[in-house]
Amino acid sequence: MAKKKEIQQLNEVTVRFAGDSGDGMQLTGSQFSNTTAFVGNDLNTLPDYPAEIRAPIGTVYGVSGFQLHFSSEDIHTPGDSPDVLVAMNPAALKKNLSEVKKNGILILNSDTFDLKNLKLAGYPTNPLDDDTLEGYTVFKVPISKLTEKALEDTKLSNKDVARCKNFFALGLMYWLYNRPIDNTIKWIEEKFKKKPEYVEANTLALRAGYNYGDITEAFTTRYSVEPAKLPKGTYRNISGNEATALGFLAASVRSGLPLYLGSYPITPASEILQYLSSYKNFGVKTFQAEDEIAGIVSAIGASYAGNLAITSTSGPGLALKTEALGLAVMTELPLVVIDVQRGGPSTGLPTKTEQADLLQAVVGRNGEAPVAVLAAKTPRDCFYMAIEASRIAIKYMTPVILLTDGYIANGTEPWRVPSVDSLPKIDVKFRKEKEGFYPYLRDEFLARPWAIPGTPDLEHRIGGLEKADIYGTVNYDPDNHNKMIHLRAEKIKNIENDIPLLEVDGEQEGELLVIGWGGTYGAIKEAVAKARTLGYKVSQAHFQYVSPFPKNTGEVLKKFKKVLLPEINLGQLAKLLRSEYLVDIIQFNVVRGLPFKVSDITEKIKEVYGGKNGK
Amino acid sequence: MENKIEIKTAKFTVKDLMSDQDVRWCPGCGDYSILAQVQRTFPEIIDSPKEDIVWISGIGCSSRFPYYMDTYGFHSIHGRAPALATGTKLANPKLNVWVATGDGDLLSIGGNHFIHACRRNIDLKIILFNNRIYGLTKGQYSPTSEKGKVTKTTPYGSIDYPFNPTMLATGSEATFVARSIDRNTKHLQEMIKRAGLHKGTAFLEVYQNCSIFNDGAFALLTDKETKDDNVLVLEHGKPMIFGKNADKGIKLDGFTPRVVDLTSGQYSKDDLWIHDEFDESPVRATILSTFTEVPGLPTPIGVFRQVFKPTYDEGMVAQIEDVKKKKGEGDLAKVLLGANTWEVN
Ligand code: SF4
Repeated sequence: MAKKKEIQQLNEVTVRFAGDSGDGMQLTGSQFSNTTAFVGNDLNTLPDYPAEIRAPIGTVYGVSGFQLHFSSEDIHTPGDSPDVLVAMNPAALKKNLSEVKKNGILILNSDTFDLKNLKLAGYPTNPLDDDTLEGYTVFKVPISKLTEKALEDTKLSNKDVARCKNFFALGLMYWLYNRPIDNTIKWIEEKFKKKPEYVEANTLALRAGYNYGDITEAFTTRYSVEPAKLPKGTYRNISGNEATALGFLAASVRSGLPLYLGSYPITPASEILQYLSSYKNFGVKTFQAEDEIAGIVSAIGASYAGNLAITSTSGPGLALKTEALGLAVMTELPLVVIDVQRGGPSTGLPTKTEQADLLQAVVGRNGEAPVAVLAAKTPRDCFYMAIEASRIAIKYMTPVILLTDGYIANGTEPWRVPSVDSLPKIDVKFRKEKEGFYPYLRDEFLARPWAIPGTPDLEHRIGGLEKADIYGTVNYDPDNHNKMIHLRAEKIKNIENDIPLLEVDGEQEGELLVIGWGGTYGAIKEAVAKARTLGYKVSQAHFQYVSPFPKNTGEVLKKFKKVLLPEINLGQLAKLLRSEYLVDIIQFNVVRGLPFKVSDITEKIKEVYGGKNGK
Repeated sequence: MENKIEIKTAKFTVKDLMSDQDVRWCPGCGDYSILAQVQRTFPEIIDSPKEDIVWISGIGCSSRFPYYMDTYGFHSIHGRAPALATGTKLANPKLNVWVATGDGDLLSIGGNHFIHACRRNIDLKIILFNNRIYGLTKGQYSPTSEKGKVTKTTPYGSIDYPFNPTMLATGSEATFVARSIDRNTKHLQEMIKRAGLHKGTAFLEVYQNCSIFNDGAFALLTDKETKDDNVLVLEHGKPMIFGKNADKGIKLDGFTPRVVDLTSGQYSKDDLWIHDEFDESPVRATILSTFTEVPGLPTPIGVFRQVFKPTYDEGMVAQIEDVKKKKGEGDLAKVLLGANTWEVN
C-alpha cells in the first residue's frame, strides 16, 4: 500500500472528458455525473459531440466531449473552462487544451501518443516531449496498457478490452475526486445483465483505475468537494429532454386527456419522442410520422378529436411545420410545438446549441398568426414549462411554441422531484350542450368551444379559410376579416394576465439590468453574481414568456439606466423588446454553437460600466 | 370470402347528412354526383351515429366536400388530409374517418402522406376525385394529366408522365383499391359502400369530370355510344367481359393482358381472366392498373383488390393495452423519480 495521500477540499471543480466519438466519453461523463449527484453536489453538465456518429478515428473533428461542473454550492452552468481534462488521445488534447485553465490538470492516455495519432491530430512533434504543456499539471497514464493488463485473465477479444479503457479513466477520476465506485458498478451490472463477461471486464477496469490512483507515486493529492446545501427532498439527475417528456406526461395526467405526440426524428429533439414512446402504459400515443409536416398535422387532427396534442422538433422542422401552425391558429385548436433549438441556418450545427429560432417562433408565419411562445431556462425548468404550455394551449384554444435548446436539452442538473399533487391541475371543458352552440363563440378568455367529433348534435365544419365571427362558417367579408385578425391577436395578448410578472433579481431599479431568455439563464445568473461580488450594482431578469411578454416588462426595463441582453443569436429578443417598448437595449451576441461563458458576460458587464464599477 | 353488402339499420337519413351550406361547385361538375352518392349510401353502411363521422379534406375543388356534409368536418391545408385524418383516427379510433381529395392534393403535394397512410393500413377511407386537372387554380396540368396535355402551364404540351393512382395505391400496399366514375351512379354507390365497409386504408379513385377546365376527359367512358366498348366492369369470380354485346374478353397471357374476340369461335369464356378481388398477391391488381396505359385495353372499374390485415389504429390500441398489462397502469410519481434518486435531509 502506498503512503496515505493528502486530501484537499475544493468548492467547485470543472472536469472535461474527451476522446474519440467511439471512446464512450458521453457514458463516462454521465456516470461521473450520476455519482456526483448521488454524493450530494450541485452540478451542471454539457455534452458536446460531433454530428457524425463515428467520425474518423483519431481526428480532431471526431472528438467527443463531456463537461461537468460540480460544487458544494448552488451552481447554474457547466463551467467556463475545465480544471481537469481527461484526454484519451492526442486529438482530444489538441481540441480542448486551449480551454483548460492555466495550471489545470491534464490526464492523458500516453499510449495513444504515437506517430500515427499525433499526425492525425495535427501535432508535428509530441506535446508530451516539448513545451506545449508547460504550466499544466500533466499525468501521463498508459491507460490502454494498464487496462489490458487488468483484463489479461478475461477471455475478451483485444477490441473488447480496448473498449473498457473509459472505465479505467472513470475509476481514476473517482479516486482523484474521492467518489464511490459502487453506483457505477451497480449500473454496469444492470446494463450488461445478459453479458456477464462484460460486467466482469468493465468492473475490473473501473477498479484498476481507482487502485492506480491509490498506488502510483505520481498522484500525491486527492480532492474532495463537500455536498451542496440543497433544500430537503428526494432528488434525481435530469436532462432537459427527459424533463420535457415528463412535463407533457404530467400535463396529460393532470388534465385527464390522453397525450398524443406526432413527431419525426431530428437532432437534438428525438429523445422527447423516444421517452414518450416508452410511457405507453399511461395511454400515451406516439406517432412517428413520415415527415415533420405529418407530425404536426396529425397532432392537429388529434387535437381536433380531443387529445392533448403535441409535436416535437428542432429549427429545420419548425420551418416545415410553419404552414400547419397557421392552420392551428385559424382553427383555434390547442397544440404545443416543442422546438429544441440547434445551430442554424439550414442544417447548420445539428448537435450544437443556439437561440436563433426566436423570431421564427414568434412571427415566422404567413399572415397575422399569433401564437404563445414560452422558453424554458434550465433542464429541470423544461418540466414545468411543458405543463405550462399545455395549460395555456388548452385554456386559450391556441397553439403554443415551447422553445428549449440543445444545451439545456442534453445538459443535466439535479432536480428535487415534486409530488404529483403539487403539480397544477389543468381544467378541460369539452362543449356538450347543443343550446347556443356556435363553433366560434368565445368565452371570457376569448377561447372558442372545444367541440370534438363524437359529440351528438354539435356537427360543424372548421378549416383554414377565414371564419365568420361566432358562426365559424367560411367568410370573405372585409370587416369580418379585420375583426377576426384583431380577435386572434387579442386572445394571445390577453394571456399576459395569466402569467407571472417579470421578476427582478437584485435592486429593483438602478444602473444596469441584465436580461435574457431561455437557456442562457444559468450563465447570466452566475455572471451577475460574480459582478456583484466585484462591487458592480447589477440586477437580473429572465424571460420564460416571450409571446406575450409579462405585463410589467416595459415598466421593468424603464427602471434601469442600461439594459444588457446576451443572446446566442444576432439580437432577436432585443429587436422584439425595442419595437414593443421603445427602449434601448445593449446587445451582446456570441453565436458559437456553445452556451455563454460566465466570464464573457462578466467582462461585458464591466465594459458596459466603463470600468467605473458603479462606485 | 365475404363480399355481400350488408344493409345496416340506419341511424340517420339522407337528409340528415345535408348541411345548410349552398353547394358551390360549377354547374355540371362531377363533384355533385359524388356528394349525392355519398349521402345516399351512408345511411346504409354506417351503423355508428352520425356524430362519429368525420370528413377531412385538403385544398382544391373536391376539398370543399366537408362543408356540404352535416357531419364533423375539417377543411385542412394542401395535401395534408391523410396526415390530419391519421391523427384524428388515432386520437379516437371509434370515429368513422373519410378523406375527400383531388389529384393535385393527394398525388402531388400530398403524395408522401398518401403512400404512408396506405402502408400503415390505417382505417381511413380515401376518395380521390380525379379530374386530371387543377380546377381551383383555374386549369394547370396535374400529376394525373396525360403526357402531351396542353394547359395554361403547358402551352406546348406536358412533358410529364402521369401517376397511375391505383397502381400507386397497390404498390403502397393499400388493402382496398377500387375505381368508379362520377356518372355511373349505381356503380359509384356500390364502390362507396364497399370502401366504407372495409377495415383499413380504402382507396377509391373516382373519375370526375371538370366541366370547366377538362370537360369530357372521361367522355369515352361515360358516353352511351362508347362506354360499353371502353369500360370493363370488374366482378369478383367472373370472367372479364366487356363490349356493347358482351362480345369481348380479357385473356391473360403470362403477365400480358389481351383483348380477345368472343364471337369468332376461337375463344370462349373459359379462356378469360377470372377476376379475384381477394388475391393476396398485388401482381394482378397491378396489371389491371396498367390497362389505362395500353392502347386498345378497356378501362377497368370496380374493386381491384381487397385484402385483410390488422390496421395501424388497432395495433396502437392493442400495444397500449399490452404494455399496461405487462407494466401495470402508469404511475406518474414513480416515473418522475426515475431509476436513481438520493435524499437531501
Ligand atoms: S373547376 Fe372543375 S372541378 Fe372545380 S368545381 Fe368547377 S367543374 Fe368542378
